[in-house]
Amino acid sequence: MSTPAAQTRPDAHGTPAPTSRTAPSPPRRRPTRYAVERRIFAVLRWVVIAGFLLVTLLPFYYMVLLSLKPIESLLRDPASVIVTPAEFTLRAYEQVLTPVSAGGQGFGTFLLNSAFVAISAVILSLIVAVPGAYAVARLPFFGHRQVNALFLAAYLFPAIVMAIPLFVLFTRLGLRGSLVGLVLVYIAQTVPVAIYMLRNYLETVPVSVEEAGLVDGLSRLGVLRRISLPLITPSIMATGLFIFMIAWNEFLFALLFLVEKRESWTVSLGLSQLSGSAEIPTTVLMAGSVVLTLPILIVFFSTERLLTGGLTAGAEKG
Amino acid sequence: MTSTPTSRRRTLSQRDARTGILLMSPTLFIVLAVVVLPLVWSILIAFQQLRLLEIGTASPFRPLTTANFERVFASGELWVSLGTTFVYTAGSVLLSITLGLIAAIAVRKPFRGRTFVRAAFLLPYVAPVVAVTFVWRTMLSPQFGIVNEAGQSVFGWAQPIPFLSEAQRTLEVLGAEFPIPTALMTAIAFEGWRYFPFAFLFLMARLEALSAETEEAALVDGATPLQSFRYIVLPQLMPVIALLAILRTIWTFNEFDDIFLLTGGAAGTGVASVRVYEFLTVQRNVGAASAQSLILSLVLIVMLALYMALLRKRGERL
Repeated sequence: MSTPAAQTRPDAHGTPAPTSRTAPSPPRRRPTRYAVERRIFAVLRWVVIAGFLLVTLLPFYYMVLLSLKPIESLLRDPASVIVTPAEFTLRAYEQVLTPVSAGGQGFGTFLLNSAFVAISAVILSLIVAVPGAYAVARLPFFGHRQVNALFLAAYLFPAIVMAIPLFVLFTRLGLRGSLVGLVLVYIAQTVPVAIYMLRNYLETVPVSVEEAGLVDGLSRLGVLRRISLPLITPSIMATGLFIFMIAWNEFLFALLFLVEKRESWTVSLGLSQLSGSAEIPTTVLMAGSVVLTLPILIVFFSTERLLTGGLTAGAEKG
Repeated sequence: MTSTPTSRRRTLSQRDARTGILLMSPTLFIVLAVVVLPLVWSILIAFQQLRLLEIGTASPFRPLTTANFERVFASGELWVSLGTTFVYTAGSVLLSITLGLIAAIAVRKPFRGRTFVRAAFLLPYVAPVVAVTFVWRTMLSPQFGIVNEAGQSVFGWAQPIPFLSEAQRTLEVLGAEFPIPTALMTAIAFEGWRYFPFAFLFLMARLEALSAETEEAALVDGATPLQSFRYIVLPQLMPVIALLAILRTIWTFNEFDDIFLLTGGAAGTGVASVRVYEFLTVQRNVGAASAQSLILSLVLIVMLALYMALLRKRGERL
């Protein structure tokens, strides 16, 4: 499931064999407690890793499993953890993606809505955040600190507190029920974190490179466009994909803004609304879950390294 | 920039300041319009009588009243929901950080397939919440869920356990009876599962940045693995753990999606944020919803202040 990029990562810093790290052999005089603990932890470690793998992967395996079999065989044998060739079917995917008019669940439309909302949010949020992050990272403007604190607070402030006033505001503006309104909310939700990530990346660009550009007669905007931006392009992509993940996964605002208009539902909202209904077989909804999850996993695993590096940059300073 | 006060230098930094504000302004505008303004407005709404039907037409400047707060405080449900929220938050934060710590320690030393294992551990955190809650609900279903099937056939449970719809059950251990809030515990387990990767990510980054020397010295001195962890590694992780605890508390305290999608707030899991939603959509009382969310915000602001103070103490910029 991991990508080529992730696999080429050097795991060990000096690539020593796993055992050589503990090479200085313990003093012979007191082997008991040390030896016992070492032996226990050597085994326990693999037990823990296996346990965590089982618990993290099982729900996803179960999701794919149920989406590939007919509902009858699930009800007949709920304990089965494999899908036999005889019961294998893609009917659930067919049903979930077919438009409502043709008797399906219309997830095709939901996918388009989600893609529209998420991609617009990425593009617009980046257009706003890139200059903003540059200003925060490099330019000593008035109110610098306050602006930073404001963004941090905006990032940490949870959606439920913002939900009511935005609900009222967007109803009055006539934006509730429109995907455009949702995009606007997502921009506001993602710009602060995008600025935070981009600022961390921008600070890796040496100031001297920029100063050289300034001396050569470029304006600040010229420096930003011709020197800094090309240097951090991969990071901008990673930030964009992170925004994509937030927007694609978002649920609360989609629920508040779009619930009355089925043709505007996002995949998240669609799945949550339909999973309450008893008429739709669980297997079909599982296919919907796979459809909802797959784009995120593709995005995540293609950029895992960049993303995790950017998110924890603050923690490493420690 | 101030060290060489030539006129050329000054104009550059003045120009920079102006460019900074220019580059910052789109972000600032969006954050002010979609985050700050709504927050201020929600304070206003909390002191007004506003029903859901009126929000399209009512003037923002209506007479002020404290009726909403009286209503919220009088119902007694506020305290129940706040109590539930506290238990839910404390349990989830503790569980997710503990699990994240165990996972980070387990994969600390390099081994074959470590990249894959690490990526797999991040899955619960990046997958869409609607999809994973749906899978959990299906897995825990008393009718055909795999957990109850396994429990009955492997562990010999007499009856399926309704994990998400039962408020309380009595557990008998060695003759003593303990009341267990089933659904709330399940929700906490879910939070532990979904958010341990977040702690895992931060702790792993910190572990990789630790210098090996102290531990090697301790090893030479005959410290056992447990002693080395307890007296050398753990103290160095404490700052990150504190940071994680505050961040997770801020987010979990106001978490809406997970509980809403798992139980709908039923069976003793009615946390405060779900109450806000109920005020808004079931009782259609926008004012009361706003008042309840304002009370939540106050708790949040205290946590935020704590977080910022901690960041500052660690010498980081905001």
